[in-house]
Amino acid sequence: MALDQSFVGRSYPPTDPYEVGREKIREFAEAVGDANPAYTDPEAAKALGHPDVIAPPTFVFAITFKAAGEVVADPQLGLDYSRVVHGDQRFVHRRPVRAGDRLTVTSTIESIKSLAGNDILDVRGEVHDEAGEHVVTAWTKLVARAAEEA
Amino acid sequence: MTAKIAYADVEVGTELPAQSFPVTRATLVQYAGASGDFNPIHWNEKFAKDVGLPDVIAHGMFTMAEAIRVVTDWVGDPGAVVEYGVRFTKPVVVPNDDKGATIEVSAKVAAKLDDDTVRVDLTATSAGQKVLGMSRAVVRLA
Repeated sequence: MALDQSFVGRSYPPTDPYEVGREKIREFAEAVGDANPAYTDPEAAKALGHPDVIAPPTFVFAITFKAAGEVVADPQLGLDYSRVVHGDQRFVHRRPVRAGDRLTVTSTIESIKSLAGNDILDVRGEVHDEAGEHVVTAWTKLVARAAEEA
Repeated sequence: MTAKIAYADVEVGTELPAQSFPVTRATLVQYAGASGDFNPIHWNEKFAKDVGLPDVIAHGMFTMAEAIRVVTDWVGDPGAVVEYGVRFTKPVVVPNDDKGATIEVSAKVAAKLDDDTVRVDLTATSAGQKVLGMSRAVVRLA
């Protein structure tokens, strides 16, 4: 069944702040095998003009996806989350995420489409720091594959 | 911010050094922990096959994170990446053997933009198949 188009444009309340820690950034950089010192050495990061270690460009996804998860789990929306796959992902950074940031995410449903029985949902996550400054916007396309005929 | 590469020194068509990234089951378990994405299709072979996949597959976001390293290693400062987007076209299948899978990434400058930024187009393949589509980054150069 097609999803309710009235959800297009709906925004959800900002998430509780996520505090970005140096060790969490280090853990992520190690998991992707990236030895860039800007992720682990505050002095190296400062030499590049950053106030503290910065996070890899895709790090913020863990935060925005959790926020988007609250949207797709909205029972009123009625998306079958067990059939959801990740279609597209895009980030636009005002500045890199860095250690010490306390980030909140405001999610908005940008579009809902139905294509060959698949439900396609575009969610935009606006990420702000504690001072209210915009840090990054994440666009996530989620595809709920059509259920097979019984 | 301090990019190592100067805007004046690149042209449309400039190729970035290509890289190969290995990925094993252990890599995926480590990435699951670091990212918080514990979907069993990324570590449980039985579960992956039950939902119709050929085997365990890498997180799309892992592949996306690896691919941008070609850009961040080139430019030096990862904070120079202002925009980055991909489409997940094919999964990276990771067999349970000593070798796992390999993600091959190449990239080139596709356009010179305003404010000392360039658009870099990335190509990522695994086992001969393109795994990311429309993979593009905008990077601020020195």
